[in-house]
Amino acid sequence: MAEEKEPLFSKQNRSLLTDPLDDNNPISVQVLGICSALAITVQLKPAVVMSLAVLFVVIASNVIVSLIRNLIPGRIRIIVQLLIVASLVILVDQILKAYAYDVSKELSVFVGLIITNCIVMGRLEAFALANGPWKSFLDGVGNGAGYALILVIVAVFRELLGSGKLFGIEILGHKAKTIADSTGLYALGYENNGFMLLSPMALITVGIIIWVQRSKNRKLIETH
Amino acid sequence: MNKNSNAYTFIFAIIIVTVIAGLLAFTATSLKDLQDTNVKAEKMQNILGTVGVTDVSRDDAQAAFDQYIKKQLALTNKGTVDEKTNAFNINLKNEVKKPEDEQRYPLYIAEKDGKTFYVVPLYGAGLWDAIWGYVALGEDENTIVGANFDHKGETPGLGAEITTDWFQAQFEGKKILDESNNFVSVTAVKGGAKPGDEHGVDAISGGTITSNGVSNMIEERLAHYLPYFKNN
Repeated sequence: MAEEKEPLFSKQNRSLLTDPLDDNNPISVQVLGICSALAITVQLKPAVVMSLAVLFVVIASNVIVSLIRNLIPGRIRIIVQLLIVASLVILVDQILKAYAYDVSKELSVFVGLIITNCIVMGRLEAFALANGPWKSFLDGVGNGAGYALILVIVAVFRELLGSGKLFGIEILGHKAKTIADSTGLYALGYENNGFMLLSPMALITVGIIIWVQRSKNRKLIETH
Repeated sequence: MNKNSNAYTFIFAIIIVTVIAGLLAFTATSLKDLQDTNVKAEKMQNILGTVGVTDVSRDDAQAAFDQYIKKQLALTNKGTVDEKTNAFNINLKNEVKKPEDEQRYPLYIAEKDGKTFYVVPLYGAGLWDAIWGYVALGEDENTIVGANFDHKGETPGLGAEITTDWFQAQFEGKKILDESNNFVSVTAVKGGAKPGDEHGVDAISGGTITSNGVSNMIEERLAHYLPYFKNN
C-alpha cells in the first residue's frame, strides 16, 4: 500500500500535530471542551494535571479506536467509543487516587467529566474511525496539546492575577495582613483581583485569547 | 462475516465489554491498597489538624499520629469504653444507621505540649449529601480548640464554604456547655452570631441548610459523648 511508505513525519503528518495548536485549536477555534477550561483553571497545577489526563485519554482512545476501526459494527460505534473513553477515564481516575491523591481531590468530578469532553469523542468520530493508528496517535497528541496550551495560558493568568502565585509559589511577593509587613508588589499596595478566581473570568480570558489569535491569524476570521 | 448482522454486533459488544470489564477490575483491585493508604493518611491529617498539628505531610501522617494520639477509644452510648472495637476503623457512615445503643462512638485523645485534647469525629447531612468532620475539645472538655469539615457534594461557593479556614477558625474558643454545665452545643447563626456569643458562629450566606447541617451534626454527635466526659 502506498500509504505505508509515507515517512513517519511527512508534511501531512506534521500538520496533524501543529494544526490543533493554532489553526484548528479545539478550544479557541472549534470551541470544544470549554466547560473544563472554566472549571479547573483557577490554579496552574490542576490545569496541568487535567491537561495531561485529557492528553492521555485522547491519545489512547484515538489509537485504540483506530486499531479496531474495521471491526467496530457501524450501528453501535458511538457506544463502543463511549465505552473505550469511559474506561480510560476510570483508569486515569484510579491512578490519580493512588498516586496523586491531592490532585485527584482537587479535580474531583472533572476527571469523570473528561468523558463528556467533546474533544475526545469529536476526534474519534472525525478522525480515528477513518485513519490508521499512527496518524490517529499524532492527531491525539496535537489535539490534546492544543487543549493543554489554552488551559495552561488561562491558568497562568488566573493564578497570577487572582492569587499572585504560580504552581502555588508566591511570584508577586508575600501578602501579609498589613501593607508594612508585605513584600514585593504587595508592599506597594497591590491587591489580588479576586474576580480572576471566578469562572466568568476564565470565559473572558478564553475570549481574549480567541481575539488575539484571530487578529494574528486572519484566515480564522469568519467572513459571512 | 457480515459486520452489519445482528449476531456480529452482539458478539462484538460482548467481547469488548468483557475485555474492558476485566481490565478495569484488575486495575481497581491492584491499586486499592495504595488508595486506602491515602484515605487513611488523610483521616489522620484531619484529626491532627484539629489539635493544631497542621504541617504534617501525608507520608509522615502515621508517625505524627502515633506521636500525638495517645488513646483511641470506642465509646458506647452510656459512656463506657468498648475494648473490642477498633476506634479508627469505625465507619460513621454505617454507624449512624444503627440504633443509638448499638452504635460505637470513636474518641481520639491527643496530647500536645503537655495538654490533653479530645477529638470527636462528626458525620451528618448537608443540603445535597453527607458532611463530616472533626472537632477537638480542650482539657476542660468544654472549649473547642479546632474543627474541620468536609463534604461530598455541597454547592461550591455556598455550602462548600464549610471547608474554608475562615468558617472553621470561628469555632476556636467556643464552648459547648453553658455556665451551669448544661449542653448547648455550638450553632451556626444565620445573619451572623452576636459578638461575644460563646455558642454561636456566623453561618454561611446562601448556605443556610449546609450551615444548619453543621450545627445539627455537632449537637447530635457531641451529645453522645457527654456521659463519657461526665465520668472522666
